[in-house]
Amino acid sequence: MAFIEIEDLCFAYPSERGERRMALDHVSLSVEEGEFVAVLGTNGSGKSTLAKHLNAILLPTSGVCRVAGMDTRDGAHLWDVRQTVGMVFQNPDNQIIAAIVEDDVAFGPENLGVPSDEIRRRVDDALAAVGMTAFHGFAPHLLSGGQKQRVAIAGTLAMQTKCLVLDEPTAMLDPVGRKEVLDTVRRLHRESGITVIYITHFMEEAAAAQRVVVMEDGKVVEDGSPKEIFSRVDAMRKRGLDVPLAAEIAWRLRKQGIRLPEDIVTDEELAVALCR
Amino acid sequence: MPIELKGVTYTYMKGTPFERTALKDVSLTIADGSLTAIAGHTGSGKSTLVQHLNGILHPTKGEALVDGVSLEGKGKENLLARRKVGMVFQYPEQQLFEETVAADIAFGPKNLELSEEEINRRVRSAMEFVQLDYETYKDVSPFRLSGGQMRRVAIAGVLALEPSYLVLDEPTAGLDPQAREELLRRIAELHRKKKLTIIFVSHNMEDIARMAERVVFMHDGRILVDAPPSEAFFADEEMREAGLAAPPTVALLSRLREAGLPVEADAFTADEAAKRIAKAIRKKGGASC
Repeated sequence: MAFIEIEDLCFAYPSERGERRMALDHVSLSVEEGEFVAVLGTNGSGKSTLAKHLNAILLPTSGVCRVAGMDTRDGAHLWDVRQTVGMVFQNPDNQIIAAIVEDDVAFGPENLGVPSDEIRRRVDDALAAVGMTAFHGFAPHLLSGGQKQRVAIAGTLAMQTKCLVLDEPTAMLDPVGRKEVLDTVRRLHRESGITVIYITHFMEEAAAAQRVVVMEDGKVVEDGSPKEIFSRVDAMRKRGLDVPLAAEIAWRLRKQGIRLPEDIVTDEELAVALCR
Repeated sequence: MPIELKGVTYTYMKGTPFERTALKDVSLTIADGSLTAIAGHTGSGKSTLVQHLNGILHPTKGEALVDGVSLEGKGKENLLARRKVGMVFQYPEQQLFEETVAADIAFGPKNLELSEEEINRRVRSAMEFVQLDYETYKDVSPFRLSGGQMRRVAIAGVLALEPSYLVLDEPTAGLDPQAREELLRRIAELHRKKKLTIIFVSHNMEDIARMAERVVFMHDGRILVDAPPSEAFFADEEMREAGLAAPPTVALLSRLREAGLPVEADAFTADEAAKRIAKAIRKKGGASC
């Protein structure tokens, strides 16, 4: 059984006029433990709605969502599900609640009733894992956006979460902050084997994942490696999405008759292909 | 007539232990009809700077003028000067509050005490400009729209004030690629067709490279670079100091140059970059460096 199993999931937001709009329309998807999956799609394609099912913020209208074997609709497992899957949202200022960085990271385990020496250990480990140890006594409002997002990630790590769901974590950050957050996520994935679901509009970030899932109108319409997905430049364009710059340029050069491999995604790969 | 900042210093929470100077003796003239981009990392002072452009903040030292009139003061002319500058904040869709799209856009003009007819005309024209069909959307709740549409409603609300200058703080943050593309096209058109003077703040170097005639990099409360994109994005040392990165096209072309392909790096769109590469390859007479 896969770590996350979504079977024929539908979700409809209630609406004032009585008609229901399907935000998720018969979605099936499974994610293995330790995978790094990027989710792409236009605004309104259902990405965030899907993410919110993974820790039971939303429950399926029909179909099933299972996390580590637990059905998210089973109230008895609610806290286990939330402890297994940690969420990081777009706006760093909406998810930090304490007046000091380490108190914020401790908030989750405190609520789980973890003994205090164990909390101390977890907070220290979590801050070290995101490279924020030096800031443990800072007030969050003195941090940059990228640092705040790393604190938010540390907060989920202190819950010993197995899976990190990030919903456009870099949309509000400057280029340096974006890199900090992406590097932190990649390192956690590589070193701790944490499962990552990463929603983004930045194609270069998606290229860092092992697998890319594309959503459109509440459905999963593509699912493959970054190389497979980003080599279909025309198809991505039609869906209102981009591809990484190197992929687009390689595609344009191929159209002009320059012979290049189909699966170029990074600047490095283009440089190698052009300058062998 | 321009917007002028003359020797502006701004200190937050002056006289308290939390005192912090966010702008240090900044002078900047935004020429009529220009399109200027402002970039800088978090805390560089760029948001503080733009808030001086329509009198949300007043200088601790120095002065901010629009068409020669100070933005500070309670006089009628100061008020009119402030009104010439429209401000679209970050995530403006979070400020929508009315029950219908038309009512939300009409809110600003209503406060200007214009006639019903004039308000209507402005709402229609603003909606037309952001490409929201009047009949289709006027009675729809703004909260039923997509993210990109909501942002266009918010921008229409500012356009309905008919400002001569438009300041946009991170206008494309959080939009998907298509919505971003559309919004940038609208902004370029505002500049071209309505001759609006535009100042936009962005973290997105690609947007800046494509749009701006002039680029201002802020760092530590000061202006570090003030130049056209073709120069600004090649000021490697200053960009590093400001914590900024070159636009993806420049980074890619520079990487290819390093690998030995004789290609000019100052292209700001994928199309342009591909043409440069193709030309360089043909000049070399084959697909290898």
